[in-house]
Amino acid sequence: MSAPTSRESQPTGAQGDGNGAAPERAPLTGRRFEPSQPPAPPARAMAPFARRVERRRHVTDRGVAVIVTGAFLLALAPLISLLYTVVSKGMARFDAEFFSVSMRGIISEGGGAYHAILGTLIITGLATLAAVPVGVMCAIYLQEYGTGRLKRAITFFVDVMTGIPSIVAGLFAFAAFALFLGPGIRLGVMGSVALSVLMIPIVVRSTEEMLRIVPQALREASYALGVPKWKTITKVVLPTALAGIVTGVMLSVARIIGETAPLLITTGVFSSVNVDPFDGRMQNLAVFAFNEYKSPGVPPEPSFERAWAAALTLILIVMALNVIARLVYRRYGTELR
Amino acid sequence: MTATATAPAMTARAVEVSDLDLYYGAFQAVAGVSMTIEPNKVTALIGSSGCGKSTFLRSLNRMHELTPGARVDGTVKVDGQDIYEDGIDPVAVRRHVGMVFQAPNPFPTMSIYDNVAAGLKLNSRKMKRTDLDDVVERSLRGAHLWDEVKDRLGKPGMGLSGGQQQRLCIARATAVQPEVLLMDEPASALDPIATLAIEDLVRELKASYTIVIVTHNMQQASRASDNTAFFNLEESGKPGRLVEIDTTEKIFSNPREKATEDYVSGRFG
Repeated sequence: MSAPTSRESQPTGAQGDGNGAAPERAPLTGRRFEPSQPPAPPARAMAPFARRVERRRHVTDRGVAVIVTGAFLLALAPLISLLYTVVSKGMARFDAEFFSVSMRGIISEGGGAYHAILGTLIITGLATLAAVPVGVMCAIYLQEYGTGRLKRAITFFVDVMTGIPSIVAGLFAFAAFALFLGPGIRLGVMGSVALSVLMIPIVVRSTEEMLRIVPQALREASYALGVPKWKTITKVVLPTALAGIVTGVMLSVARIIGETAPLLITTGVFSSVNVDPFDGRMQNLAVFAFNEYKSPGVPPEPSFERAWAAALTLILIVMALNVIARLVYRRYGTELR
Repeated sequence: MTATATAPAMTARAVEVSDLDLYYGAFQAVAGVSMTIEPNKVTALIGSSGCGKSTFLRSLNRMHELTPGARVDGTVKVDGQDIYEDGIDPVAVRRHVGMVFQAPNPFPTMSIYDNVAAGLKLNSRKMKRTDLDDVVERSLRGAHLWDEVKDRLGKPGMGLSGGQQQRLCIARATAVQPEVLLMDEPASALDPIATLAIEDLVRELKASYTIVIVTHNMQQASRASDNTAFFNLEESGKPGRLVEIDTTEKIFSNPREKATEDYVSGRFG
């Protein structure tokens, strides 16, 4: 603080380098700066003070570390408990028969979830097919074209859609189809519609996020070459964000594949194989597990075992989707500085 | 603005700017700029930060208006054609006035080859593979990058060093054979050796293009440019203005305006 800043020194220096300038400058700067600054204590006097501060910092540091670790373990406990229960109870029927036969004509023993696995794949696949183009295009609009009120309104409604309870999406699909095809209708495609309603906002959100991290410099580089906007988006922006978008889609599939409530009212309960989503009821894994538990046979144990095995299968599918999503991102993810 | 820049014989064009005002919303960034940018010369734009050099540069290929709220008044004529006239397509303008940016920005999903060919491919000009190969090689040679990358044209452009990436961007910009090349501090993110390579390249490229380069580096302006335009900001919040434009030699030795002399000799701020 003994030397004034350079801006301060210029005017005084300009007054003249001759005699009188230096004594005149010292009281001026002194009045301004020195009283507010306590004299710096000598180094040795600092030592106990420094140690005290260090100690307190150390204690705080450890305290926070303990709290954070504790919170993590607390969050992890239910997950581990759940995984342990599902694996230990699900292994009983995790066999070849479970994956190769349906429940057709099964009263108690045996039977499998072949029809439910097929149904899950078909219903979720159709939902993805419908939700991805809508979601991605919506995100492109929001991120690349939208301005002002319409953009704000769409963003708001996407947020609202994210919070829709899944049963409401199911009721929507049920009501929409019942209007045209009569009450009591149950179709695989109705489940797909319900699931795509749940999936669209997730896809919009994740795709928007991925488009946002594509650097503006890349768009400008493309524009500067005389490339029109739509081509810049399709040939530069989307390929750059592609791995992220695919990852987001997979995670959103993982999010909806275990939905039960909307499918219970749209696709119904069915014990045979049905691969036509436009014709009749269709079983899926989550509803299968629910139904085996809700209305078991006599004795009930075989039904319960099938339910746990179905839950285990579902968890494994979700896990596989997550792992594939990560691998896709790591393998094909574009490095953006 | 005669199109079909497929013939190798290119013509650099003069750029005439008159009474150009540039705005960001209500804020006027640049006021009353008039200048003539000579063909086959390197024109350097110098001035302190925030004085509107880059904004002015971006108005020369209608990139300025990409910023939401940005507005332009005045005329910019490239080879006699006002690029802000009604009915002029900004996308078409940018095919004639290319640009190289401050930070190298090769397309991360494309190979070295595809980066250079991007302008031609994305503009959907159907070209024979051999013709495209020729353009890529010529552009990379022009950017002094060919020998370094000829064995790995299929590798991603992001794998190159910073200086190589910037030369790749120059090759990409020249591959579409613009008549004017704008450069926004093209060497500011590079080390001194890569900077000198870019400066050498700039001096060479003026044989084929009209070049406008923004720089904060006074030595760079004096080394690489023929003409220099000095922009200044009277105070913050006021728009930047063109103080003077003259030959680089004159600006750095004997400028007309005192503000210019102060700036080039280091007395500014």
